[in-house]
Amino acid sequence: MSKEYETVIGLEVHVELATKTKIFCGCSTAFGGAPNTHTCPVCTGMPGSLPVLNKQVVEYAIGVGLATNCSITQYCKFDRKNYFYPDNPQNYQISQLYLPICRNGHVDIEVDGVKKSVGIHEIHMEEDAGKLVHDEWENTSLVDFNRSGVPLIEIVSEPDMRSADEVIAYLEKLRLIIQYLGASDCKLNEGSMRADVNLSIREVGASEFGTRTEMKNLNSFKAIARAIEAEKVRQIDIIESGKEVVQETRRWNDDKEYSYAMRSKEDAQDYRYFPEPDLVPISISDEWIAKIKDAQPEFRDEKKVRYKEEYDLPDYDIDIITNSKHLADIFEETISITNKPKEVSNWLMGDTMKLLKSEEKSVEDISFSPKNLARLIDIIDEGKINRTMAKEVFEQIFKEDVDPDKYIEEHDMGMVSDDGALKSTIEEIVANNPQSVADYKGGKTKAMGFLVGQTMKAMKGKADPASVNKILKEILDSL
Amino acid sequence: MSLMDKTALEIGAMIKNKEISAVEAAKESLNAIKETESKVNAFVTVLGDDQVIKDAEDVQAKIESGEINSPLAGVPVAIKDNMCTEGVLTTCSSKILSNFNPTFSSDAVLRLKNAGAIMVGKANMDEFAMGSTTETSYYGATKNPWDLERVPGGSSGGSCAAVAASEVPYALGSDTGGSIRQPASFCGVTGIKPTYGTVSRYGLIAYGSSLDQIGPIAKDISDCATILETISGHDIKDSTSILRDDYNFTSALVDDVKGFKIGIPKAYYGEGLDPEVKEQVMKVAKTLEEKGAIIEEFDLDLVDYAIPAYYVIACAEASSNLERFDGVKYGYRTAEYEGLHNMYKKTRSEGFGAEVKRRIMLGSFVLSSGYYDAYYLKALRTKALIKKAFDEAFAQYDMILAPAAPTVAPKLGDSLSDPIKMYLGDIYTISVNLCGLPGVSIPAGLTSSGLPVGAQLIGNVFEEKKLIQAAYSYERTLDWSLPSI
Repeated sequence: MSKEYETVIGLEVHVELATKTKIFCGCSTAFGGAPNTHTCPVCTGMPGSLPVLNKQVVEYAIGVGLATNCSITQYCKFDRKNYFYPDNPQNYQISQLYLPICRNGHVDIEVDGVKKSVGIHEIHMEEDAGKLVHDEWENTSLVDFNRSGVPLIEIVSEPDMRSADEVIAYLEKLRLIIQYLGASDCKLNEGSMRADVNLSIREVGASEFGTRTEMKNLNSFKAIARAIEAEKVRQIDIIESGKEVVQETRRWNDDKEYSYAMRSKEDAQDYRYFPEPDLVPISISDEWIAKIKDAQPEFRDEKKVRYKEEYDLPDYDIDIITNSKHLADIFEETISITNKPKEVSNWLMGDTMKLLKSEEKSVEDISFSPKNLARLIDIIDEGKINRTMAKEVFEQIFKEDVDPDKYIEEHDMGMVSDDGALKSTIEEIVANNPQSVADYKGGKTKAMGFLVGQTMKAMKGKADPASVNKILKEILDSL
Repeated sequence: MSLMDKTALEIGAMIKNKEISAVEAAKESLNAIKETESKVNAFVTVLGDDQVIKDAEDVQAKIESGEINSPLAGVPVAIKDNMCTEGVLTTCSSKILSNFNPTFSSDAVLRLKNAGAIMVGKANMDEFAMGSTTETSYYGATKNPWDLERVPGGSSGGSCAAVAASEVPYALGSDTGGSIRQPASFCGVTGIKPTYGTVSRYGLIAYGSSLDQIGPIAKDISDCATILETISGHDIKDSTSILRDDYNFTSALVDDVKGFKIGIPKAYYGEGLDPEVKEQVMKVAKTLEEKGAIIEEFDLDLVDYAIPAYYVIACAEASSNLERFDGVKYGYRTAEYEGLHNMYKKTRSEGFGAEVKRRIMLGSFVLSSGYYDAYYLKALRTKALIKKAFDEAFAQYDMILAPAAPTVAPKLGDSLSDPIKMYLGDIYTISVNLCGLPGVSIPAGLTSSGLPVGAQLIGNVFEEKKLIQAAYSYERTLDWSLPSI
């Protein structure tokens, strides 16, 4: 390669909002459900039905806009995007073109210690389509409208990113902001967050943009990174061989690590956008915006600073805990019951992560109650259970959200605090292991460990190791 | 004299006074339909006798128990076939909906049902309400009861003809550009197009969403005011529905026009207006003046721009509204096809008639990339200017008096060959829809050849009551009877 190239990337990110009901009707947005059970005349496009806007969608969109430094379009409208496809029951999608709800925002990202601002061109609200199911056995296609009318926002960035790392940092940033707002769970693999990548190549220093392609079907951060790398190489190859990049939409196949052209600019559809006459314009007052702003949560960047100042946690812990609103919530709720931030963090960093990994779950799947973790930490502090036992109890809290007091009692796991019982057990162990005693007396201190182990075994782990050591030493030394 | 020659209120009163039962009224309507329908063809669907009689029995029981106390209780009604009726075929007079049974009823129909109305059938119309003659119906043209060689007007031609032929005492129509007022005028009946947002559009199969309104069609203004009072009201299912302060339209049934300032827009009485129609409408002006109203001529601006602006906006919305008729989910699907796009193409080519296709093409064109600004946006700006012209008029006048149509009912077959001429016939009615205003069409006598002429009263938004009061006052002076067939 003789010339140096720069990759220019802009993103269109669709986010499914976490409303209970759809954007234009009262149907449930719950995932799953038998086909066409979460439907009504509105979301199946029956003649005569009319849309009614779900206010919560507007609130979420404004919330995301404010958190990404956008200006809010206080007089905004919906438009119809017309195209024929069977998953789209009206054959038009209600979306926003002319007056999107948010404009001109930005988010700050950091890659390898370098900070950068990524511009947000606009955020608009729209409805999702249904799902086509192709039954090859019957050679027919079926349509499920359960997803039809699920609210989406589309976040359109400026072409400000230059690498896959920046793209991922941007997406992570959006994900965290939106999750913190509770506006969506933002799961790429489940499709509640979808990113289309617009990418072009130009020579370093060039002022004009190159011809861009749009890449679709990117279902994970890894797929996005691979697709960006592959598309960059593909476009450079084209330019290097003296040809021109064609403006087109491409579909990424992550298994084959290859993309193919879906449609070129020439067969791009004319969507014939026009203002949706069935909906009235939305008027967003200063008061409404202020109310939404006031209700916004503490975002990650603010949390990080506070965790350092208030709890003095290691940066590593802070990074992981604040990387999920859910995890941060669990952390904060637990320390509100038992004010031991480092202890709580240790349980989350250590055993929780280990158990998540072994069960192939994500932090968002954590379902135990903070009060049970808090209680477990207190029980340990009260000396009622040793750490080994505590790990066992925690596993049950993690899996079944058990009440630790009850569980310990039911399984007779409490520590034996009766020194008399402990002493007689140790005397028995000493009597039964003359060789070890002899070794110890002969200077082999390792033998002590064996005897402690035997005692713990006999006590079924319910003894405090410190007490065992102390009493055993007293007995051995008295022999 | 048949029972169906009476007004809806008269029949309702007879039922209330136990002179007749709702069942008898329903049977009278069904009989009238059986006798007349072969000549008029006002209906796409007439409900089965058993069904209608059962409904009437149910209502009769509710009247007797006091559960229903509406002046319309037990009175038969025809519903224009673009309003969804649960379980009853709703075709929009189109082949593409020839097998469509809605799963819900439109809000206006439900309100009538709750008042004890007895639906006897679904009235014929121009296909998807596109047309001014009811000749574009897939189910055959409706004939004008005054002269069976002539059209009843449209698009609510079936609704108006059914009333004029005394098949039913009243009907619901819809009005996007004159579709209640023009056929009411051709058929010698009374109709109201209410202020946009007064009657819910939920369940009305849309033609031009920003223009469509449901309204009453009956023999006189008293019936119309009562029906409007029954079907109007705020509906959360229709975002364009307006919560009004006052729905008490019948309180305006007062014989008094003293002090009403009525404007006569000069541009509405010039070229293109049939002299006999003009003469009849001017007689209305004279009568109202004699009763104490102040009549003044004035210049209404931009009249010539209303038709192009209207057809751009209505067709743009229609081209999108009619996209859902694709053969996928309901309605007609072509018998043989290869693949999805061929299915769409054949279904829609076979399912829609020529006028609907013309308007879909026109609407698609004006919204297409590169033409949107030149046509659609310009039409919206024109609409805003026309609204301003009417605002200025209503700063001066309580209402405007105009013809409902430039001519009397044309002969069958005369209009469709020249669609531009047909569109020009909407000149006096479409501004009302563009501006969301209320308009009332009332019979204004006959021409020398014995055909009815309609006069139109146009009011400012929310001022139906002034129009109703003027119409009621004029009606007191009119000796009017419908033709016998």
